[in-house]
Amino acid sequence: MYFGLSEEQTFFQDNVKKFLDDQAPLDVIRQITAEKNTSIQEEIRQGLTNLGLNALLIPEEYGGLGLDLLFAAAVSEGLGSGVAPIAYSGSYVMAPLAIIHGGSDAQKENYLTKIASNTVKFGIGLSEYIGAREDAKLIINGNKVNGKALFVIDADDASHFILSDDQGTMFIVDADDSGLEVIELTSIDKTRSYVEILLNNVTAEILDNTVKNNNAIEKTIDAGRIMLAADSVGAAQVMIDKSVEYAKERKQFGRVIGSFQAVKHMCAEMTAELEPCYAIVWHAAHCFDYIPEEARLLACQSKSHISEVTKMVAKKATEVHGGMGFTDLLGLHYWFKRIGMNRQLLGSPELVRDEAGKIQGF
Amino acid sequence: MDLEYGKQYEDYRVEVQEFCKKYKGVQFNDTAKIPLASNNKSGGPVMSRSDWQKILIENGYFARSIPKEYGGYGGDSDIIKSRITATEFSNQRIPGPMGGQGIDMLVPTLLELGTEEQKNKFIKPTLHGEMIWCQGYSEPNAGSDLASLQTKGELIDDKWIINGQKIWTSTAQYAQMMFCLVRTEPEASKHAGISYLLVPMDTPGLEIRPLVDMTLQAGFNEVFFTDVTIPGKNIVGKRGEGWAVANATLGHERGSLANPNATMNRLNMLINRMKKETIDGKKLIEIPMYRDRLLKIQGKIMAFQSHALRILSSKLNPGQDVKIGKMIQKLVGTELRHELEGLGIDIMGELGTLYEDSPYLRDGGSWQFTYMYYLGLIIGGGTNQIQKNIISERGLGLPREPKVQGV
Repeated sequence: MYFGLSEEQTFFQDNVKKFLDDQAPLDVIRQITAEKNTSIQEEIRQGLTNLGLNALLIPEEYGGLGLDLLFAAAVSEGLGSGVAPIAYSGSYVMAPLAIIHGGSDAQKENYLTKIASNTVKFGIGLSEYIGAREDAKLIINGNKVNGKALFVIDADDASHFILSDDQGTMFIVDADDSGLEVIELTSIDKTRSYVEILLNNVTAEILDNTVKNNNAIEKTIDAGRIMLAADSVGAAQVMIDKSVEYAKERKQFGRVIGSFQAVKHMCAEMTAELEPCYAIVWHAAHCFDYIPEEARLLACQSKSHISEVTKMVAKKATEVHGGMGFTDLLGLHYWFKRIGMNRQLLGSPELVRDEAGKIQGF
Repeated sequence: MDLEYGKQYEDYRVEVQEFCKKYKGVQFNDTAKIPLASNNKSGGPVMSRSDWQKILIENGYFARSIPKEYGGYGGDSDIIKSRITATEFSNQRIPGPMGGQGIDMLVPTLLELGTEEQKNKFIKPTLHGEMIWCQGYSEPNAGSDLASLQTKGELIDDKWIINGQKIWTSTAQYAQMMFCLVRTEPEASKHAGISYLLVPMDTPGLEIRPLVDMTLQAGFNEVFFTDVTIPGKNIVGKRGEGWAVANATLGHERGSLANPNATMNRLNMLINRMKKETIDGKKLIEIPMYRDRLLKIQGKIMAFQSHALRILSSKLNPGQDVKIGKMIQKLVGTELRHELEGLGIDIMGELGTLYEDSPYLRDGGSWQFTYMYYLGLIIGGGTNQIQKNIISERGLGLPREPKVQGV
């Protein structure tokens, strides 16, 4: 019995973190979020692709690494800790899983090989299935789709999108289709991109095994939620580490503020709440592949619970930094906003808990 | 990640299940003497608590790694077997072994630091439930700052003469023995002046007064010492080493205050109640605001349970680092249980306030009782504020609060 990340998973995660520390320090993040699509962002994307991020979950028969979701979660934690300005959860976790679980053999052969070789890149938008805002809706008619998809994630650079109607039927559209319009949404989180897509008689390739049942879309959303939760855990840990570091240096009233219980107790509270979050998100990722009967509840509860804990951490960590925490200069807000975004994506905590209730027949 | 225990353990599980069948519904004819022991009133074999302890030891379900000569099973400690035993017993509602401060704290201390004579004399009857112990640590003026304790012990003619007062002493009224911390070296510094003594409770000059707590039960006592005289050899470790001896056992206590599986069992009880209980004819589980609160705490409990697996794993896999993970358990576990019990009250509204033998009482009033009881545990065993000091100082390396001048 062993509960935790393996040596390989830790090693890979460390490599991701180290890469981001070296290639995407705060001033680089700042530059990328201000200017968008800079060449430096492209270099970071390329570097992480070189590490194999795009191919993690693709089975070996399609040219991928054939790793499991816990591996992907370990990576996501690393990306969250570095507020990585790249697409991941949507493009390289949810999209491949949507195709693995929802695609025909031909679709798998076609798309999985191309994701692994980095010749296609997917954005994904399932908000119309999870909970439609602004009456957004997609109507499938034969092989044509009309309507609107909101909060499509990982859209920058995408050659294709995977979208869904409100019944959980997923389909692929080409980003170059003349009936497709991409409208950028400006969110608080500028490390990743979010868009709206308008579809006017766009040609859709329906994922064959998503028409009759919702298994594939549920797996895809579960995995996405686990990735976002892991990303938030990574981000929250950095916020705590920065708080502790700051509390050891900053002096007021002739002593370091970390010696005041008002401050040190905030650090202890953040740590005490975050520590079990590692366990539940790893547990959820492990069950996703190996203990399916426990997987759905764990996926929902890790997403909603971690959203709550990391929101608390984001607030308290900012407070520990005092006025500096509030400034752009310190840049702590990149982590604050990353956590804030992850919380709402693929279902805010209340929505996800409601789903957890339904899974248990409440 | 590997959550399988392997075949040898699945065989062991079957063996435990057989045992559980054999003793289903076991009852005790002396339960009342031992507080907080689980009781089961559905017809099965009747025996004394002590006989039950012996059966558990014979089968290796208790005192597994304690040598035979001291009354244990004499095997290797096996965390997975212990876990399987606990799970199967809980599923089959078979009462587990007695706990208490003698078994949980004194026995490990004696095994580590006791003399051969002390081990031979005290461990066996303690394991068999024939010798109950209480812990004499806290004093009215030594709570969180335990090391400032003032109960005095003087060694005269190879006898300890003890004067002073202890407080929050649970089970003192049932106990035959007390292990306690006493200031024996008044000249030494605060921590270096304490010794760890073993006191028979029937020694003249020792007086017990019950202390009624907010649950309206006398869960604690005050114990007064007036020239209480005990043999000089009733000391564990050397003179002035009591603080280190006691610290070896405080760790045992903290871990046992917040069992995630017990919390999960209570959550399942709450879910069942919410499926039955109604307001305006509507089941509580179907009311979104109650359901959201239930699911919110379920998420916390699931995280804490997963965390316990990680801690278990670290015991089986040396080198797995969970230092901070262990430090948070008392804080998180007790707050979580308190919150859960409070939710049990809230969902029942006015019904949730009923207590003792009131009409319409739900679950024996256990939601209110445990809600209050866990507030006691939040304060006891090192208050949760002290836990936060431990996490931030020893875990995160933040500096201690500077001492105030002149105090």
